[in-house]
Amino acid sequence: MIPLNAYLIVSAVLFAIGTAGVFMRRNVITILLSIEIMLNAVNLTFVAFGRWLGTVDGQIIVFFVMTVAAAEAAVGLALVIALFRHRESLNPDAFTSLKW
Amino acid sequence: MIASSLVIGQRNPVYSVLLLIASFGALSGLYIQLDAPFVAVIQIIIYAGAIMVLFLFVVMLLNAPQEDAAEWDRAHPLRRPGIARFGAILAVLLVVQLLWALTDASDLSGPASQVGDDGSIRTLGRILFTDYMFAFEATSILILVAMVGAVVLAGRSDQR
Repeated sequence: MIPLNAYLIVSAVLFAIGTAGVFMRRNVITILLSIEIMLNAVNLTFVAFGRWLGTVDGQIIVFFVMTVAAAEAAVGLALVIALFRHRESLNPDAFTSLKW
Repeated sequence: MIASSLVIGQRNPVYSVLLLIASFGALSGLYIQLDAPFVAVIQIIIYAGAIMVLFLFVVMLLNAPQEDAAEWDRAHPLRRPGIARFGAILAVLLVVQLLWALTDASDLSGPASQVGDDGSIRTLGRILFTDYMFAFEATSILILVAMVGAVVLAGRSDQR
């Protein structure tokens, strides 16, 4: 039986990887992927704690988090398409003005 | 874990997306180990099946595989190596701090308790449609709003 700590450590490392990806990459799509990594790290924490506490509430929260992640990915990618159509770039440093 | 650390190391977003699918597969294996087969299955279906296909579609649609390195990008103050090294040190510090906090909570390392509920889909569905009814309906509204928003944002605006 793998202890709870192992899952929490894996989740923490995944979250740190996602955070580093958000801050280090210069590509909007890669930043969105890093956000997905962070959401999955939190999902892993939910499921591990739910298993540890013996309830299924963690899995239900994971269901809602996945739904929100899907909605966020759809809207985020639509924003990326709209921005790319205007600026011909995927670099977030190019999107510094609020209107054009 | 190795796959997801490789995700942010790639310059080509297509490789990032494919590595992220491998990472999600490993995560769903962890979910199966945690007696959560429903979460593992919808992890594969929704993430690897739907969201990653969406990402790949956008990456190929935009046709900009490499990160552009314009000269103003090179001259950006955040691109200087000293500041990049500082950011890397901050990320490592975050990992160390989280690991320290987790190893400090040593009383959590007991075996998992089994109280009645298993992770079966029957139990999950019953709780989802009774205790979490309002959240479930609110989620459906959220999906509808996200769909309309995505269509409005990605639609061509020069046809109006």
